[in-house]
Amino acid sequence: MMLIALAGGLGALLRFLVDGWVNARARAWAPRLGAPLGTVLINVTGSLLLGLVVGWLVGAGDDTWALPIGTGLLGGYTTFSTASVEAARLILAGRGLLAALHAVGMLLASVGAAALGLWIAG
Amino acid sequence: MSRVGNLALIVVGGMLGTAARASLEAAAPAAVGQWPWTTFWINICGSLLLGMLLEVLAAGDDVGWRHSMRLGVGTGLLGGFTTYSAFSVETVGLLHAGAWASGLGYPVASVLIGIASAVVAMVVVRKLRALRTAS
Repeated sequence: MMLIALAGGLGALLRFLVDGWVNARARAWAPRLGAPLGTVLINVTGSLLLGLVVGWLVGAGDDTWALPIGTGLLGGYTTFSTASVEAARLILAGRGLLAALHAVGMLLASVGAAALGLWIAG
Repeated sequence: MSRVGNLALIVVGGMLGTAARASLEAAAPAAVGQWPWTTFWINICGSLLLGMLLEVLAAGDDVGWRHSMRLGVGTGLLGGFTTYSAFSVETVGLLHAGAWASGLGYPVASVLIGIASAVVAMVVVRKLRALRTAS
């Protein structure tokens, strides 16, 4: 459990760094977009990687690393709460359409990425 | 707090959030083809609490203890507690198992109720603040 927790802490740190980097780039490239893209990229890449991990490690019956990497690192890296709050903020700012695009786009891309990861590893 | 101190808060918060999530998932794992209730409630509760926290902290500038709370409790603890990767993989698992009702209902309900929880939490905090300012 200690290893899973430690991996989760590192995942959260990685998320913070990637989110800051992506959002700074997005602001520079498309200042009028207004949609937070950091969380989208994090959740899509995390879903792809978890698909690969589940396909390879769990498929091979290896649960030594599946929990620290899957539940810990990738669970801590991706986040559902921030995704919800980002959409909520857009809704409360009167940008409901952008909120819907943000939420649906993230959902479809993440589930697609997870399916791709599982398919590659399967 | 220094930048390194705040980064350490994210790691510690992320460790606690992940440990809580892993414990709950171990205590109540989802059966194959069944609605993943544990992840569902983790993500809904986390969305509600994060909306509440960030709106409470928004009463002042994002500096000092507010900044540390946002990073440690928001980004670290609640960000690490909730998960999108498990949610995506669970959805694929349900669809793959042919559990179409859950495979479509689980992702849609999670996203809609998660966002609604955050909206309600933020609106309630704003109303309470307006009441307190008015009185």
